[in-house]
Amino acid sequence: MSTTLNASGAVDRRAFVSQLIAASPDALVVSGLGSPSYDVFAAGDRDQNFYLWGAMGGAVALGLGLALAQPERSVLVITGDGEQLMGVGSLGTVGATQPKNLTILVLDNGHFGETGMQRSHTSLGTNLVEVAHGFGIEDAFTVTGEDQVGEIAERVMSRRGATFVQVFINPDEPPRALPPRDGVHVKNRFRAALGCATF
Amino acid sequence: MTSTHKEAPAWQHAVFDALKAGNIRQIAYVPDVGHAYAIQQAQRDPAITDVVLTTEEEGVAVVSGAWLGGQRAALLMQSSGVGNCVNMFSLLRSCNFPFLTLVTMRGEYAEFNSWQSPMGKSTQQALELMGITVLRASKPDEVGEIVSAAIDSAFLAGEQVAVLLSQTLIGRKKWERN
Repeated sequence: MSTTLNASGAVDRRAFVSQLIAASPDALVVSGLGSPSYDVFAAGDRDQNFYLWGAMGGAVALGLGLALAQPERSVLVITGDGEQLMGVGSLGTVGATQPKNLTILVLDNGHFGETGMQRSHTSLGTNLVEVAHGFGIEDAFTVTGEDQVGEIAERVMSRRGATFVQVFINPDEPPRALPPRDGVHVKNRFRAALGCATF
Repeated sequence: MTSTHKEAPAWQHAVFDALKAGNIRQIAYVPDVGHAYAIQQAQRDPAITDVVLTTEEEGVAVVSGAWLGGQRAALLMQSSGVGNCVNMFSLLRSCNFPFLTLVTMRGEYAEFNSWQSPMGKSTQQALELMGITVLRASKPDEVGEIVSAAIDSAFLAGEQVAVLLSQTLIGRKKWERN
C-alpha cells in the first residue's frame, strides 16, 4: 500500500493509539467501528474501553453522552475518518454543549479501510479540522507525528475543553486485533468499572 | 418568541414532570412543538443537561452513552425522526441499552402536510421492526402515567421503549400566520 494514498500520513496508528492510551491511563475510551476498535484493543484490553462494532456515525455522540454523565472523568473517542464523516453533525452537537472532558481523535487515512480502501471525503476536499472549527470546537488541530502524543494526552487528562484532533496516519492495514463483540458484556463491565449496576 | 407563547397544555407539563420524577438527567432532542415545554424546562433545570441534536440518530448514541456513564436519559423527537434512527437502533439491541424515546406524531390526524404522512404512518412499525416496544398516549390525562410506565420499563427492566404522543394531543396545526 503506497503512502501516496495519503500523502501527509506518516503516523503509525497502532503505535500512536497505544502510546496515547498509556499516557492517559484514567481515560474512558470509546472506539469507532473498524480499525480504530482494533487499534484500541491492540493497545491492551481495558474495562474502561467501549468498542463499537456497528452504529456507524455514533462514536462521538456516544462519547458525548458519556462525557456529560461523567464530568469528572476524561473521555477519549478514537475513530476513523469514514465513521466521523457519517456522524459529522455530532461535532456540531459537541460544539453546542462544549463538554470540557471530551477529546475526539480521528485517525485519518483518507480512506474507507474496512471496505477496500475507497477514497473518503478527506481525500477529496473535506478538511475535518476546519469542519470542527466551524462547528464551534475551538481547540481543533492536525497531528502529523508521533512526537505529539504527549500534548494530546495532556489535553485528555486536563479536561479543560472539548478537543478535536485529526491524525494523519499511514494508510496501512495492521493485523486485525478483534475486541469482544458481545456488546452487553462490554457495556456491563464498563459500567461496573464506574461502580454502576447492570440496570 | 416566548412572549407570544400560550401556556403549555397540561399534558406537556405531565411529560416533563414524569421525566423529572424518573430522574432523567439528559434530554436529547430534535425539537417539535409538542416537546416545547419539556425542552424549555430541561434548559432551565440545573439537574438536567439538554442536548440539541443535528439529527435524531445522534440522540440514540447520546442516551446510550449517558447510560454507560450511569445516567438516565431520554430522546425527544418527531415521528419523522424515527426513520433517521433505524440503523443506530442496532446499538440498543447489540448492547441491550435501556432506551426511552418520546415521539410526537405527525401524519396521522388532521395532517395538512402530506410529506409527513409516509413516515408518520410507518413510525410504529419501524420502531417495532427494530425491537422497540411501543406505547401510545392519546388522551391528555393518560400522558403522565404512560410516560412514567415507560421510564420504569426502560430503567428498571432494561427495555427499549417508545411512547408515541398522538397527533390528537397536539391538535390541528395553524398554517396561516396572523
